[in-house]
Amino acid sequence: MEMPKPSPDVLSRKSALVARLSRVLPEEAIIHDPAETRAYECDALTAYRCPPMLAVLPSSTQQVSDVLRICHDENVPVVPRGAGTSLAGGALPTADCVILGVARMNEVLEIDYDNRFIRVQTGRTNLSVTGAVEEEDFFYAPDPSSQLACAIAGNIAMNSGGAHCLKYGVTTNNLLGVTMVMMDGSVVEIGGAHLDAPGLDLLGVICGSEGQLGVVTEATLRILRKPEGARPVLMGFNDNEVAGQCVSDIIKSGILPVAIEFMDTLCIRACENFAHAGYPDCHALLIVEVEGSDAEIDYQLSKIIEIAKRHDPVELRESQSAEESAKIWLGRKSAFGAMGQLNDYMCLDGTIPVSALPTVLRRIGELSEEFGLPVGNVFHAGDGNMHPLILFDANKPGDLENCEAFGAEILKLCVDEGGCLTGEHGVGIEKRDLMAHQYSPADLDAQMAVKDVFDPKWLLNAAKVFPLDVSEPRRMAAE
Amino acid sequence: MKPMRPETEADLAKLVAGLENPVRIVGGGTRGIAGPYAEIETGALRGITLYEPGALTLVARAGTPLAEITATLEAEGQHLAFEPMDHRGLLGTQGEPTIGGVVAANISGPRRIQAGACRDFLLGVRYVDGRGQVIKNGGRVMKNVTGYDLVKLMGGSWGTLGVLTEVSLKVLPKPERVATLSVGVRDAGTAVRVLSTALRSPFEVTGAAYDPDAGKALLRVEGFAGSVAYRTGRLTAELSRFGEITEEAGADTLWAGIRDAHPFHGQDGDVWRLSVKPGDAAEVSARAEADQLLFDWGGGLVWLRVPKGTDLRARLGVFSGHATVVRADAETVARLGRFQPETAAVSTLTNGLRAKFDPRGLFNLGLMG
Ligand SMILES: Cc1cc2nc3c(=O)[nH]c(=O)nc-3n(C[C@H](O)[C@H](O)[C@H](O)COP(=O)(O)OP(=O)(O)OC[C@H]3O[C@@H](n4cnc5c(N)ncnc54)[C@H](O)[C@@H]3O)c2cc1C
Ligand SMILES: Cc1cc2nc3c(=O)[nH]c(=O)nc-3n(C[C@H](O)[C@H](O)[C@H](O)COP(=O)(O)OP(=O)(O)OC[C@H]3O[C@@H](n4cnc5c(N)ncnc54)[C@H](O)[C@@H]3O)c2cc1C
Repeated sequence: MEMPKPSPDVLSRKSALVARLSRVLPEEAIIHDPAETRAYECDALTAYRCPPMLAVLPSSTQQVSDVLRICHDENVPVVPRGAGTSLAGGALPTADCVILGVARMNEVLEIDYDNRFIRVQTGRTNLSVTGAVEEEDFFYAPDPSSQLACAIAGNIAMNSGGAHCLKYGVTTNNLLGVTMVMMDGSVVEIGGAHLDAPGLDLLGVICGSEGQLGVVTEATLRILRKPEGARPVLMGFNDNEVAGQCVSDIIKSGILPVAIEFMDTLCIRACENFAHAGYPDCHALLIVEVEGSDAEIDYQLSKIIEIAKRHDPVELRESQSAEESAKIWLGRKSAFGAMGQLNDYMCLDGTIPVSALPTVLRRIGELSEEFGLPVGNVFHAGDGNMHPLILFDANKPGDLENCEAFGAEILKLCVDEGGCLTGEHGVGIEKRDLMAHQYSPADLDAQMAVKDVFDPKWLLNAAKVFPLDVSEPRRMAAE
Repeated sequence: MKPMRPETEADLAKLVAGLENPVRIVGGGTRGIAGPYAEIETGALRGITLYEPGALTLVARAGTPLAEITATLEAEGQHLAFEPMDHRGLLGTQGEPTIGGVVAANISGPRRIQAGACRDFLLGVRYVDGRGQVIKNGGRVMKNVTGYDLVKLMGGSWGTLGVLTEVSLKVLPKPERVATLSVGVRDAGTAVRVLSTALRSPFEVTGAAYDPDAGKALLRVEGFAGSVAYRTGRLTAELSRFGEITEEAGADTLWAGIRDAHPFHGQDGDVWRLSVKPGDAAEVSARAEADQLLFDWGGGLVWLRVPKGTDLRARLGVFSGHATVVRADAETVARLGRFQPETAAVSTLTNGLRAKFDPRGLFNLGLMG
């Protein structure tokens, strides 16, 4: 993966920079020993690594502001970092950058149940936000599978989703306000506990901007009361197309499940061997979950089952107990681990219109033959967000490159079928060079114009999102 | 001057590229605001280009009448869950609201508190920027984090960043049954407590309003018939300590009335919308000494009617949230500004963005700041 050449000038000023930073940060918040900066060399896209010049771990908005002001002044690139679980290389450093990690900023600042919001520092992990409001039976809805580890900071930067977003939306639909430090050190407050912006929806464009517009230090998040209960039904089909039709018929019937998850044969088998969830051996498996009181759940599931029966399922199992529900979900939730037992894998994240499901799965099957690499599919079927998992052998020369080429073909296919490159993981470095497949030069220019306004010097995470050759004139002009 | 009325997106792009003077963008061609500017009407950019009920998505050209979209969705038992309001009754204007106008103004009704705003249902846009270039962002799928979310930026930009030509929207099933509970209350403080209690419950309230003149806190519950009966029963039990509870008839008309601020129709004076933290609603709106009030969004949205020309923001003083002029004469709007003034830091960003999207300053000048 190509990255911009580190600036020798910046590298040569390392000790002067450390000296300046130590005037605003405690000693132990500045990490400059190469043995220790290694800890920040990559995120969850581990194929790419590069230790940063420095890492800093501020513990307040003021310290973040001081650090950015100094880096701005010194023309030093900065890469913000939450928990480092990005699958797109969003937090990958350059050799001449300062990693600004917000992990120490993990306080809850305010909880207000009557007005249904929580304000937190963004280093707080996703799951611990829900943890903070659980005693009143509230929760924070976006639930990425990485929720135990990932931080709200990264969730906002990537506009992360989760299994339940068909009903509750993704991060952007649950974010009410932010405190953000601009690259020049100035602090802006956007949004808050009230709804909607008086002027332009800046919050909307900040969410999902992959750490390129500013460093978000505090967030006001919407919290919701937990439903009385939830229960899944599992169904198996011997044809992908039929399973896709079943999803569409459920949605058309007026029921809005909280989750509709899809798995294909390879994943079903891998998960079954790994988790022993009692999955049937078939072509397509659906897990459909609904919420409410017992009677409400019974009613919705009976309607869903009635629809499923019209599609000749090979298996139809309504959960009868909490244990059974957990077991049904266990298989799905261990999908990544299960595939990891088979081999190394690369997880893709394209979205397609639900109606294109059969075509896309057929074509992925053909590509799998062409590239000689097996692929399993798990899929948030309600919203078309696919996660093809390509198996490869990292120790075999050329296999990673082959796998990446295969992945690129799948993502282009998603775009060509009316979808997009990434549904929730973000572009990062991983999908950067495919952006031109989805967007015209003018489309990309409109996006980069936003960065011009927020970060005129292009110092914040500048090597991400846009193809390097496309962003080069701006990065160079700003130098 | 006759409005310009491009027939296609390409024509519009050419027209904008050749503009020499600022313009107003008009959706339904119903505007009452006079101005020195020529007008571009979007009405000819019309038609639903894609509708997949099984994928909950609809794509339409910006000039498509809202009524056409509503009817098309209705036939499949679906709807725009954010309930765009119809301004005509309040403003005394005529004509057909367009989907482009709804999106450009990010107009959302009572269900905003539960389902989200217009911007939350907006999946993709195409627009013509100030250079006359056609730009697309987002798409037609529900999950999309590919590049920056300019979709959100365009939604609610009031036509100050570009002319929308096409929008993609997420749609939802229309509920089988709608019920309204009414709780008799005497003051705004109690009303907001009733609404908050209901919104804190797991019973998925989709409307939470208070009409002081009627002395009623109103709660809407929607869904399958059995579920609605169950939830209204549970809510009644939880809320009876606040006052007498009855079920109101005619839920559709009632909530359309709240959505459109119906109690204000035909009444004299200026009309404002206040967006606040629900818990602040009673106290902040009391400062306004308004002639009439209506609370929606659990108190988060307050409609106010005040004498013509009132500087409402001066009466409110400092509060967290914002106040927007909805109905006033041109002089008042010009004097007070339609939208709450931004902080200097935010204003630097928004002015910077306008200068990038519309470098020649062509679109809806002065509308937003
Ligand atoms: C096993 C696994 C499962 C996953 N499942 C999901 C899933 O279901 N759904 C999903 O959406 N994602 C998923 N992810 C991806 C990842 O967890 C999310 O992208 C997450 O939001 C990243 O958060 P983080 O705190 O780890 O961010 P990091 O990896 O540290 O950073 C991610 C991006 O955020 C930027 N950033 C970090 N902090 C800030 C800040 N304070 N201000 C501005 N920008 C900042 C970084 O520069 C970078 O671009 C998964 C990852 C793994 C490893
Ligand atoms: C909150 C609010 C306050 C109002 N206040 C007044 C008032 O004080 N006095 C009065 O006489 N009228 C007022 N109006 C009415 C308004 O100006 C119009 O009369 C009415 O909304 C219909 O206008 P329209 O057909 O031009 O556009 P609509 O379609 O309703 O457009 C609303 C806004 O969106 C923009 N727009 C429309 N289509 C597009 C598009 N395709 N791309 C980009 N931008 C677009 C318009 O420029 C306008 O800013 C108000 C409307 C609203 C929503």
